Amino acid sequence: MLELSHVHKVYRVGAFGGSTLRAVRDVNLVVKPGEVVSLIGESGSGKSTIGKMVLGLTKPSQGTITFEGKDVTRLRGFGEKKEYYRHVQGVFQDPFSSFNPIFKADRVFEMIRSSYFPDVSDADWREKVLDVIGTVRLDPANVLNKYPHQLSGGQLQRLLIARALLLDIRLLVADEIISMLDASTRIDVLNLLADLKERGLGILFVTHDLSLGNYVSDRSVILRKGAIAELGPTRRVFENPLHPYSRHLLSCVPQLHRTWAEVDAELAANPPEDVVLPTVSEGDDSAPLVEAEEGHFVGIDQR
Amino acid sequence: MTLRVKDLKVYYQTLRGDVHALDGVDFELADGEIMGLAGESGCGKSTLGKSLIRLDSRMRHVDGTIELDGEDVPIAKDREMNRFRYHEISLIPQYAMSALNPTRKIGRMINELLQSRGVRPSEVTEELNRRLELVGLDPDVLKRFPIELSGGMKQRVVMVMATLLNPSLLIADEATSALDVSTQRSVVESMVEFRDRGYVKSMIFVTHDISLVYQMADTVMVMYAGRVAEKAPASTIINDPQHPYTKMLIGALPEVGATTDEARLEGIPGTPPGLLHPPTGCRFKARCPIASEECSETPPLVEIEPGHWAACWKTGR
Ligand SMILES: Nc1ncnc2c1ncn2[C@@H]1O[C@H](COP(=O)(O)OP(=O)(O)OP(=O)(O)O)[C@@H](O)[C@H]1O
Ligand SMILES: Nc1ncnc2c1ncn2[C@@H]1O[C@H](COP(=O)(O)OP(=O)(O)O)[C@@H](O)[C@H]1O
Ligand code: SF4
Ligand SMILES: [Mg+2]
Ligand SMILES: [Mg+2]
Repeated sequence: MLELSHVHKVYRVGAFGGSTLRAVRDVNLVVKPGEVVSLIGESGSGKSTIGKMVLGLTKPSQGTITFEGKDVTRLRGFGEKKEYYRHVQGVFQDPFSSFNPIFKADRVFEMIRSSYFPDVSDADWREKVLDVIGTVRLDPANVLNKYPHQLSGGQLQRLLIARALLLDIRLLVADEIISMLDASTRIDVLNLLADLKERGLGILFVTHDLSLGNYVSDRSVILRKGAIAELGPTRRVFENPLHPYSRHLLSCVPQLHRTWAEVDAELAANPPEDVVLPTVSEGDDSAPLVEAEEGHFVGIDQR
Repeated sequence: MTLRVKDLKVYYQTLRGDVHALDGVDFELADGEIMGLAGESGCGKSTLGKSLIRLDSRMRHVDGTIELDGEDVPIAKDREMNRFRYHEISLIPQYAMSALNPTRKIGRMINELLQSRGVRPSEVTEELNRRLELVGLDPDVLKRFPIELSGGMKQRVVMVMATLLNPSLLIADEATSALDVSTQRSVVESMVEFRDRGYVKSMIFVTHDISLVYQMADTVMVMYAGRVAEKAPASTIINDPQHPYTKMLIGALPEVGATTDEARLEGIPGTPPGLLHPPTGCRFKARCPIASEECSETPPLVEIEPGHWAACWKTGR
């Protein structure tokens, strides 16, 4: 459904755009219908840049991104873009920034109506809205006709997902949508993503929290400095991390019943076997992967 | 005993009436104790932190007392509080790292802060450098603007600033929530180190991440709708919580390795009550699976075993 092939993104940085920064390096990635793929990595590793490229908000410097066979980077004109967004939508970290504080929060639904469903009757529209609000498990009486500041972050976040569901979406890009929410709301939103996945939606789930990435996703991609360090079925990546960087990240995840010291001690007592990582020569910007077990890949070591 | 908070009530004044954000909060914090503070959004965690430092113009101290190292903390008297700020009590506010003044270099910001506290910067230069090094920062950061630092670096700067005058109490409000796991770990470990070295005596660490609290806190306090639901040693809260709210909150946490295919975790159905007109009796009763008639009376916070307090009619052993 979604396919990234040798995607790079190079930003110009520095006072006069004098130097460059490779924010995304040679990324190859597929998201299938009904599949949740987690993009995991520390801040600055390129996660949001990948999300933005998929949503057509910025163009790759090299490589192609296709959605259902169509090249996303070559969408021309208003009409083609609008069609694309009918099927692909994004939800971002800070829900407050997606709402205009001077309007009621449900205005975000009206905007979808005026661009995509101008001919639907008031009654049908209302039914459609109530339906998606139910899907995200909100009580309409609590959220309709309210201003953004009267709603919590979790409620706003779910309204944004509901808005995306008004359209016939097939792919959702969710960029750090739960890091600002409390534990109980997080689980509600994650379970909602799992429901959507069961309905056949593909989801690109961006996160810096590994335990959350793990809870919902089928496959995980660990990014480091723009390149894929490890990619595989989530369970395998977590049970048997192969890349030294993945191992380090996993050892830092705070666990409920084990302290960091215990995890470190265990790692030191049973050091994992070294895996031979692919290498590239100096100046080569590619980032090859090797398949270590079925569907489980490791990438280059960048220090 | 470092901190003793008794029946603290702090309300926000709004056009529609008073928001009872803290409505009878009771707890004690011992010397050297790091206490995690948890609870859903809106239960009053940040209000508690702010109250110990500065009430803004809409906040009103309605009742209750705060004692620090045996001395009364006059939170309603803004001028008298000056003596405490940074010297005795320091707060790292929620979103602190995005609140750093973008037009000031870090070093200048620290100097201005010290001067406003009546401290000559030269007196602490050496200590400042030592502490920056301890948290893994080059003293060069003093010459940089906030925008030139990563989130983790900014958060470390904020922590060093807040503790430079060796306060008795440090309150860190969601200080590591925006950081990735490895940066989070190193910031949290530095905080513990600061306590171990005596730079701060005790600490309140506000977070939604209870598994993080387990890594560093001695005790955990869970708040619900402006009141304390439960306080106990961290391992008790995680392995043997007694209050129904705490049980559900812990139940909503994914373990590393948990997936939706095996078993779905459940959030807590419903939402916390509004605090403009808080419900009478136990504030959790509308969402509590074992609520019964007696719950229409407010349950007192009682010590059900040494060091373990809970406010629920069904836990009073
Ligand atoms: N300036 C204000 N005016 C009126 N009510 C307020 C104000 N600030 C906070 N409140 C209310 O006081 C209560 C406690 O808010 P507080 O910010 O302490 O919550 P919190 O536990 O820190 O939540 P979070 O986890 O989202 O940070 C909430 O009901 C909130 O809506
Ligand atoms: N518009 C931009 N101009 C220049 N550099 C950028 C821009 N957006 C992101 N970057 C840089 O690209 C890298 C990757 O950023 P990002 O994709 O936001 O990472 P993540 O979402 O993983 O935190 C970072 O070093 C960031 O500073
Ligand atoms: S007092 Fe009653 S309603 Fe409140 S938590 Fe206990 S059992 Fe539930
Ligand atoms: Mg990002
Ligand atoms: Mg808060």
